Amino acid sequence: MSANEQFGFLDEYAKKEIRRTTLKAVAIPGYQVPYSSREMPMGRGFGTGGLQLTLALIGHGETLKVIDQGADDSVNAVNLRDFIEMTCPGINTTTLTDEADLIQSRHRIPEKPLREDQLLVLQVPYPDPLVVVEASEDKRKVLHGEADYSRLLVKLYEDIVKFKEITISHRYPTRINDHYVIDPSPIPRWDVPKLHNSKALVLLGAGREKKIYAVPPYTRAIPLAFQDVPFRVENFYDAKGNRRTCQRCNCDTSFLDEYIDSESGNKIYRCSDADWCEEQLSKNVSEKQLHEKVMLDEQAYDRQVETAPSSENAYQALDVPQSADEIQGVINA
Amino acid sequence: MNQQAILNVENFSKQFLLHEQGKVIPSSSHVNLEVYSGSLTALVGPTGSGKSSVLKGIYRTYLPSSGSIHYTTSAGEVINLVDATEHQILELRRGEIGFVTQFLHCLPRQTTEDIVAQPLIQKGINPTKAIDAAQTMLAAMKIPERLWGISPATFSGGEKQRVNLARGLIAKPRLLLLDEPTASLDAATTDTVVGLIEALKQEGTAILAIFHHIELVERMADRVVALEPPVMTDSISEKIA
Amino acid sequence: MHKVLEVSGLSKRYGEGCPSCFEKTGPEFDTNICPDCGSVVAAHNLSFDLYQGEILGIMGESGSGKSTAVKCLFFDQEPTGGSATFYDQDQAYPLFSLNKAQQRRLSNHRFGMVYQNPHLGLNFDISAGGNIAERLLMSGVDHYGDIRQRAIDLLSRTEVLTQRIDELPKNFSGGMQQRVQIAKALATNPPLLFLDEVTTGLDLSVQAAILDLILEIQHQEKTSMIVVTHDLGVIRLLADRTLVMKYGRVIESGLTDQILEDPQHAYTQRLVASAL
Repeated sequence: MSANEQFGFLDEYAKKEIRRTTLKAVAIPGYQVPYSSREMPMGRGFGTGGLQLTLALIGHGETLKVIDQGADDSVNAVNLRDFIEMTCPGINTTTLTDEADLIQSRHRIPEKPLREDQLLVLQVPYPDPLVVVEASEDKRKVLHGEADYSRLLVKLYEDIVKFKEITISHRYPTRINDHYVIDPSPIPRWDVPKLHNSKALVLLGAGREKKIYAVPPYTRAIPLAFQDVPFRVENFYDAKGNRRTCQRCNCDTSFLDEYIDSESGNKIYRCSDADWCEEQLSKNVSEKQLHEKVMLDEQAYDRQVETAPSSENAYQALDVPQSADEIQGVINA
Repeated sequence: MNQQAILNVENFSKQFLLHEQGKVIPSSSHVNLEVYSGSLTALVGPTGSGKSSVLKGIYRTYLPSSGSIHYTTSAGEVINLVDATEHQILELRRGEIGFVTQFLHCLPRQTTEDIVAQPLIQKGINPTKAIDAAQTMLAAMKIPERLWGISPATFSGGEKQRVNLARGLIAKPRLLLLDEPTASLDAATTDTVVGLIEALKQEGTAILAIFHHIELVERMADRVVALEPPVMTDSISEKIA
Repeated sequence: MHKVLEVSGLSKRYGEGCPSCFEKTGPEFDTNICPDCGSVVAAHNLSFDLYQGEILGIMGESGSGKSTAVKCLFFDQEPTGGSATFYDQDQAYPLFSLNKAQQRRLSNHRFGMVYQNPHLGLNFDISAGGNIAERLLMSGVDHYGDIRQRAIDLLSRTEVLTQRIDELPKNFSGGMQQRVQIAKALATNPPLLFLDEVTTGLDLSVQAAILDLILEIQHQEKTSMIVVTHDLGVIRLLADRTLVMKYGRVIESGLTDQILEDPQHAYTQRLVASAL
């Protein structure tokens, strides 16, 4: 980076505007604040909204994690992370959710509950849930202003009539702070409850549509539903009534992706959140190792007892340091 | 006999101004009459003397051209019906003043018993009781039971008139206006109707009636007011924009 | 009987307007277009009261301004003059001084409107039941079962086959579309209902059924209504009182039977004489 280039790629004016927009978004939970989204050196639809938020907010010495549908190593996540690293010298990157100060994510919220000192930035394709029922932006603004979401609710009603349940799978309309209804980005239903009373601030950026909105910490986030037809998350139970587990780490409480095994042709399930899977796995491994180590130690002890000499000379043969100098020698070694 | 002039008509006149033809058609002129509670005043006179116009003018189907119509309400208030507001008139029509005209206007799908029960229901009486009362009245009018559940649209003139009367009498109004109530009825039914009207009189209803037969006047009227045909005026060409 | 609506001096003019607009238009001039500036005086100086449980008829031919008045009261259009007060639950609402959000609240919760053209009153992209549901949802009902039941009740009341509740309105006949519109308008039990030429263009038998329904609603719910029509028969059947309009002005008003049997104004006399 030359001396002329800005930290964070965007000029200071752009970053200032984004920060002011963000403050406004936090002050009016769920309200889509328009901002002058810059052209970035990547196409729209690849996370430019989330990216601009990250660039404006991340600071020297902070730690960044970027995921795409839960994976740190997907092409999009890698590209974004590389770009941010390149344009923000002095930041750290990580795959560990625990270590991150700022997490930029496409279409998933990490399984591990976030902390108050963490920041989540979600990438949003279409911010306005009313766009399916009203084409005119002017009219939509009025509907949002009056919290008139009846036409959206009618869609839910028609779903229930046709399918006996609400069939929205992702981008589930969610009411923030009892007024504005947002499109929480294409996160699965599974992740929507994480927005409610979240400890971390959640920011949502739509680059193409030029809007930023927020779900502040400890704010009500209630998915739209009916008293007698409540909100449900995805069901990971098989036909026999058993909860599916991750093939890799055996977890039975996470959101699972479904794959077709290329060799056997069978369906297999794996944790969508890569870091979570890793953590579960290492927990499993360390448990296993611990178990094995205990076993080995016991066996070693038994062997020693069997072969242990009965005299003092045998004790000496064990190579135990005798004098203070010898002890020092062992320490210095 | 309760001697209380419920209705006092003074110098009532009615003319029709027909703009298209440029004519003034006089109808009633200088009518004076009184109606007392519990008694019947009969309006008599040749055709064209404006008898119906008097009744319609009281009910405000016609706008009186001049004169005053003082009516004493059940609350004891005396109002001039000519000056009363539309809402006052509507209230009176609903609660106190009944008018049995020669025509039966009704909705296409209302049954006979519904039509007759309606004035009671409007007064707040329980619909089942109202229908019961309606059926009793219809029976008294000799309307066959098989007709009670259908619309009177297809009834004969006499049957329609009886339904009309049933509706007019059932609500026991304070003031009842009758326009040739027995015109299409046979002698037997006429007697029944006479009986019903007498009963109403006993209960205190004030009645102003036009009868087509002089015997009925003699039988029923406590007072008789004779109207003269109006003086024909010259045609006046008058265009009001 | 309490007053529900009080309209005073309601005016609606399209165009830039000039001082002579009102003086040079009206029934005496046989026009509602101002000769000086070309503005259209759709309605001028319209005043009336409406009491609870009453049906007021507004009668006139095309261009008389009858629909304009109702459109202003339902907030579809903004008047250029006059005032209107709506009395509801011990409150008085000055309709034209309210902000848009307040107006929408009233029109969603306390008014009902049935248009001549069902496309204006119904959403053709959602089912008949969905249309009724939308109105209920707007008024805050959030129990699916309740919404469904109420939609079924309203449709059966308006004699729409309840099996067709999930069909789109475009599959219905004109009469049925009107009935769905009425069901929708009634969903929130509004104390004030506007009906704009609702039976025009429908078959006679369908007309009769709808008029019946309207009267039934008036009897049972004591809904106050304003019925706009050019049809004398409809006026005779429905309205207690009637206003007759021509070229934007009220030329006569009174009890309906009086207007029809003893019309005073030349134009009204002609209208009544022309009825088939």
